[in-house]
Amino acid sequence: MIGADAIVKCLEKEGVTTLFGYPGVAICPFFNSILNTKIESVLVRSEQNAAHAASGYARVTGKVGVCVATSGPGATNLITGIATAYADSIPLVCITGQVDSHLLGSDVFQEADITGAAESFVKYSYLVKHVSEIPRIMKEAFHIASTGRKGPVLIDVPIDIQNKTIRDFKYPESVNMRTYKPTVKGHAVQLKKVNTELARAKKPLILAGGGVILSGAVRELNDFSHRYQIPVVSTMMGIGAMASDDSLYYGMIGNNGKSYANLAMQESDLLIVIGARIADRAISSPDLVAKDTVLIHIDVDPAEIGKNVGPTIPIVGDIKNIFADLAKENVACDFSDWTSHLDAYRKQEKARRQPRSGFVDPTKFITELSLKMADNAVYVADVGQNQMWSCGYYVAKAGKFLTSGGMGTMGYSIPAAIGAKKADPKRQVVAVCGDGSFQMSMNELATMMQHDIPIKIIVFNNGYLGLVREYQHNTYKGNYSMVDLSGSPDLSLIAAAYGIPYQKLENNKGMGSIIDSFLKAKGPYMLECVLDPMDTVK
Amino acid sequence: MIRVIQLIVDNTSGVLSRISGLFSRRGYNIESITAGITSDPRFTRITIVTSGDEDILEQIEKQVAKLIDVRDIRVLKPGESVYRELVLFKVGVGADKRQSLVTICDVFRAKIVDITKDSIIIELTGDQPKINAFIEMLNDYKILEIARTGIAGLRRGSEGVVEIN
Repeated sequence: MIGADAIVKCLEKEGVTTLFGYPGVAICPFFNSILNTKIESVLVRSEQNAAHAASGYARVTGKVGVCVATSGPGATNLITGIATAYADSIPLVCITGQVDSHLLGSDVFQEADITGAAESFVKYSYLVKHVSEIPRIMKEAFHIASTGRKGPVLIDVPIDIQNKTIRDFKYPESVNMRTYKPTVKGHAVQLKKVNTELARAKKPLILAGGGVILSGAVRELNDFSHRYQIPVVSTMMGIGAMASDDSLYYGMIGNNGKSYANLAMQESDLLIVIGARIADRAISSPDLVAKDTVLIHIDVDPAEIGKNVGPTIPIVGDIKNIFADLAKENVACDFSDWTSHLDAYRKQEKARRQPRSGFVDPTKFITELSLKMADNAVYVADVGQNQMWSCGYYVAKAGKFLTSGGMGTMGYSIPAAIGAKKADPKRQVVAVCGDGSFQMSMNELATMMQHDIPIKIIVFNNGYLGLVREYQHNTYKGNYSMVDLSGSPDLSLIAAAYGIPYQKLENNKGMGSIIDSFLKAKGPYMLECVLDPMDTVK
Repeated sequence: MIRVIQLIVDNTSGVLSRISGLFSRRGYNIESITAGITSDPRFTRITIVTSGDEDILEQIEKQVAKLIDVRDIRVLKPGESVYRELVLFKVGVGADKRQSLVTICDVFRAKIVDITKDSIIIELTGDQPKINAFIEMLNDYKILEIARTGIAGLRRGSEGVVEIN
């Protein structure tokens, strides 16, 4: 058995069935060994998308996503995907080939210091120096990626290590890392304080972030909220934690969120932040929140607590455990005045945006699309105006809403949707992107055709990089620079070139029936929607 | 506010760059950083002198503690700890003023470790106030070069001993 066989064996032991990758000489021993297993390798068309696909896969399965690339440019191409996963705490194990270990540091062909380059975007990284280390490193990597605050782990393996014989392969039963022991159980004294504050509060509010979904605590959140009738708002990453038609859900906060969600934030006297970073896009001035509000911040990462805003009650631990512990005590409370107050705000909400007729209204389209989608469908939003519209008008049911929140990486939706569909082929998976983000990853259409991963793609075409155009309209008085997408291809021909059925929606007329046929189609499908080039988010 | 932080870290390759990289990308200050092996060769002791307001210092501790190579992190508080730094001074001085410089060195218990016709090298060990006071006295002379090691520190007494194994 050689090192490459050992890596593959470790992947099997971790229950990996699918990986996404791109070969090169330095990772060839690995891709040779993988042929002897049942693990399926999906060949992407650019390494960045291997990481995005692994991210989509991880977010649907709840398991660690795996991507594999070669040394040098293969590895550096991965970085954006790794950074995207890191910003959203998605568990990945990224394996890169590396040049011969004796040549490290001498700038030979396709050498890049990938552990150094990716350092600030990984939870941890390894450069394998001895073949005997492989089982321990693989075990640790999967453990680190999937526990505590999840995130990507990078393993860089020189080609000579992959080819070296390993004696006595034994996969460790458990990890023994004294320095890495994430806190999972909330502190009992702190938890008691939550219930005390809840009994005292008049206007409590839960702010749910992506951590709720990552820790698998969606049901627990809903139970907790319903039990005491506590209203819930969410961050972008928390979309989907509560169904849109739940009377206790008051939408996404932030400068692109619902105004009633932000009003609820401002007026609440007890804010329970769960698995959210309190980042700049969600809360423009974090100081505003905490002034006279009792702030409870629950997160598995102690460094997030107090980073942007000082909490009254910090609780470190896994959200699922914390909900379970909180449920042990019962608090008498009645917040019906508060929720009816918020309901009045919700009724007053008016869309400020005034779409021109003659084009597809993306907000109407997204609402209709998500209502018609299967209950458990996966909706992958890209980045740009399409993301803002998706966040505002996606109707969450029991499915999943995936997007690149922290990093805002354009081109995320198609590869992530491929990963999601691969993870659960029976589920409906729809990628929604703009004409800019589509062109950033349209090369992956070949991946989905080659591996028979039939995702459905919506392209909002407005001929502009719309979100930047809107920003330049507001900030630079309409002096547009670098946002005109003239020269884009005819999407019907692109679809035809790949053999993907295609349809075009020119305006709102017939929207419903076209969405129906789009969703009903068996294989992949591309639907282009023609938008007003001057359409805005706000 | 200045704070002295002591880390015990796994002696893995790249550990120092992981720690210094964290400081630079998050915009934390490093006044000085020293690293050396402990009695157990698997571990390195790192002493970092950093500065910032209370919130920043708290973030520094939390972010450093998150690094997987870090086994132990603690603050070396001034009253409870001993700090030492070693400094080498090369002073341009001829025979005429040499004797007065030697007198200053005696008072500070500094050692003269090298001497040429027109310069001497002085070795001084001490805490920050002592070193600053010495530098002030040297201002009357021509300091050619200074090499400082940065602070090493230990907590006093047997209580603060970090158990590692």
